[in-house]
Amino acid sequence: MLDSSSSSYMPIVLQSIVALGFVGLVLVLVPMLGPKSKGSTKTDNFECGIEAQGDARVKFSVKYFLTAILFVLFDVEVIFFYPYAVNFKSLGSPGFLAVVMFVAFFLIGFFYVLKKGALEWEK
Amino acid sequence: MDLILEKSILIIVIFSITLVIAMYSTYMERKVAAFLQDRIGPDRAGPFGILQPLADGGKMFFKEDFIPAKSERWLFILGPGIAMLTALMTSAVIPWGTSIEMFGRNISLQVADINIGILYVMGFLSIGVYGIMVGGWASNNKYSLMGAIRASSQMISYELAMGLSIIAIVMMNESLSLSVIAEKQDSWHWNVLYQPLGFLIFIVCAFAETNRAPFDLAECDSELIGGYHTEYSSMKLGFYLFAEYINMFISATMISTLYFGSYNFPGMHWVGDHLGHNWLAIIEVAVLFSKIIFFIFFFMWVRWTLPRFRYDQLMHLGWKVLIPLAIINMLITGGWMTYVWK
Amino acid sequence: MSEYLFYFLAFVSIFAALLVVTAKNPIHSVLFLIVTFFAIAGQYIILNAQFLAIVHIIVYAGAIMVLFLFVLMLLNLNKESEPVKSYLMKGIGVLAGCLLALVMVAALHKSTMSPALGNPNEDIGLVGNLGKVLFKEYVVPFEVSSLLFLSAMIGAVMLGKRDPKIEPVNEITN
Repeated sequence: MLDSSSSSYMPIVLQSIVALGFVGLVLVLVPMLGPKSKGSTKTDNFECGIEAQGDARVKFSVKYFLTAILFVLFDVEVIFFYPYAVNFKSLGSPGFLAVVMFVAFFLIGFFYVLKKGALEWEK
Repeated sequence: MDLILEKSILIIVIFSITLVIAMYSTYMERKVAAFLQDRIGPDRAGPFGILQPLADGGKMFFKEDFIPAKSERWLFILGPGIAMLTALMTSAVIPWGTSIEMFGRNISLQVADINIGILYVMGFLSIGVYGIMVGGWASNNKYSLMGAIRASSQMISYELAMGLSIIAIVMMNESLSLSVIAEKQDSWHWNVLYQPLGFLIFIVCAFAETNRAPFDLAECDSELIGGYHTEYSSMKLGFYLFAEYINMFISATMISTLYFGSYNFPGMHWVGDHLGHNWLAIIEVAVLFSKIIFFIFFFMWVRWTLPRFRYDQLMHLGWKVLIPLAIINMLITGGWMTYVWK
Repeated sequence: MSEYLFYFLAFVSIFAALLVVTAKNPIHSVLFLIVTFFAIAGQYIILNAQFLAIVHIIVYAGAIMVLFLFVLMLLNLNKESEPVKSYLMKGIGVLAGCLLALVMVAALHKSTMSPALGNPNEDIGLVGNLGKVLFKEYVVPFEVSSLLFLSAMIGAVMLGKRDPKIEPVNEITN
C-alpha cells in the first residue's frame, strides 16, 4: 500500500544512478568511436552557408521575459491548488468558497494582463 | 538488500523497454507516415525494414562528433545530457501493473510508489526545459538561440494548463499518487468518462510539451534550420531526438494512466477469478502497453494530418484559451462534487 | 544511513553554493544554483517534508531559474562590456566581509545549543496534512497571498510593457 515515509524515495535514487551512468557513459565513449578530422570551415557555425556575422548574443524582445514572469506567478497558483485538491472532500463548502475567492483574484490579474496586451504576439 | 536487488532489476527492465520502444517509434513514425502518404516506407534493412532503427543507431554512433569552435564546450555537452536524463527519470513513478507474486514475494510493478506521484512528473517536465535552453545557448548560433528561446517559451506556457487540468482528477481521487489513481479506475470507470474536457486539455498540452506537430515550430526545417539542435552531430543529436521519442512515450503513458484506466479493462475481475493473480498482472501490463502504442500512433497520425501552428497562434492557444478552460473545468468539477453529488 | 546521506547532501549544497558565487560565467552560476536546489530538496525529503521538496523543485528550480536564464540571455553579457572595479571598491568589499565574519563569530561565541523541538507529528510534511492546516487555520493568509500575486502581476506588466510612442522598436522581435 502507500508508504508515507521518506524511504520510498530510495528507488528513485537507484534510478538516477542508473540513468546518470548510462548518459555519462554514452556521452564519453561514443565520441571516441567516430573519425576525427580538423578543418577550419567545418567547425564554424552553420548559417545557411553564409559567413557568420558577429556573435549570437543579440538583444531579444521583452515579450519572452514577460512570459517567463507570468509563468512563475501562475505556477505558484497551480501549486496552491494541489493541497486543496487532495483534501477536497473533507474541506467541503467553506474550502470551496475560499478557493473560488482565490481564483477570482487571479482572474482579475489575468484580465488586467490581457487588457494591457502583455500577451499579444505580433505576427 | 533484497529490495534493492528487486528494484534494480525492475529499473533495468523498464529502461530497456523504454529504449526499445523509443527506437522502434522512429521506425513506426516512418512506416505510419508512409501509410498515411500512400507509400511503402523503409523496407530494405531486414524483412519489412525491421532492422532500420539498428541501422540508424549504428550510423549515429559512428559519425564524427565535433564541437563548433565558438561554442562553450561543457554546456554544449551538458544540454543533451539533461534532456536525456529528465526523459529517463520520469518513468520511475508509473504503475505498470498491480503486482506479481514470484519466489514467495510480492513484487510491485512500480519502481517508486511515492505519495506525490503526479507532482514528480510535473517537476521533471519543468526541468526538461533546461536541456533545450542550455543546448541552444551553448551553440553560440543565432538560429539555435532563437529556436531555443521559442521552444522553451512554448513549453513553459503549456505546462500551466497541464498542471491545472490534472487538478480535477486529484479532486476526484483525493490522492496525488499514480497507483491510487490507477486503482480507482476499475473495470470501465475510466477517468475520460468523468473528465472529457480535462482529457482534451491534457492531450493538447502533451502535444505542445513534446514539441510534436502541430506544435513543432521549434525544430521545423523551413524556418529555423534545425532550431536548437542545428549544431549537434552524432550521439548528442541522437540524444536530443531520442529524448523527444522517450518524452512521447512517457506522455502516452501518462495519458493512459490518468485518463484511460491505466492497466484496467472491462471484465478484469472475471479474468482474475478464473486465471489467478499472476496471469491477471501480465494481461494488465499487456493492456497498458496496447493503450500506450495506440496513443503513440495517435501522436504520429496527428502529425501528418494538421498543419503547423504559427508562433503567435500557439501562445494565444496556450495562455488565452487553455488556462481559462482548465480553471473553469476545475471550478465546475469542484462545484458539482461539493453541492450536487453528495 | 540517513546521517551519511545528510552529510553528503550538505557537502554538495555548500560546495555548489560556493561555485555559484565564484563562477566566471553567469550561466554556470545559474546551473550550480540548480544543483544547490536539488541538494536542498533532498534534505527536505530526509525530513519527510515531501510536498515542500517537490514544490521547491517545481517552483524554484523549474520556474524561477528559467526566468533567470531568460534574463541572462536577454541581457547579452559580454566580457568586454563588464565594468572594471577600482581597487578602492575591492578593498571596501574585503573590509565589509571581514566585519560580517567578526559579527557572526561574536554572536555565536556566547550562545548555547538549545535542544531541538521534537516533531509533534512525523507526517506533518505530507500533502494531505499540509492542506488541512492551510485551509482550516491559515485561510486568511492564503487569501492575502492571492492579493500579493495580483500586485506582482500588475508590477510585472508595468515593468515589461514598453510605451510604443516613446521607444521605437529596433530589436529582433520574434
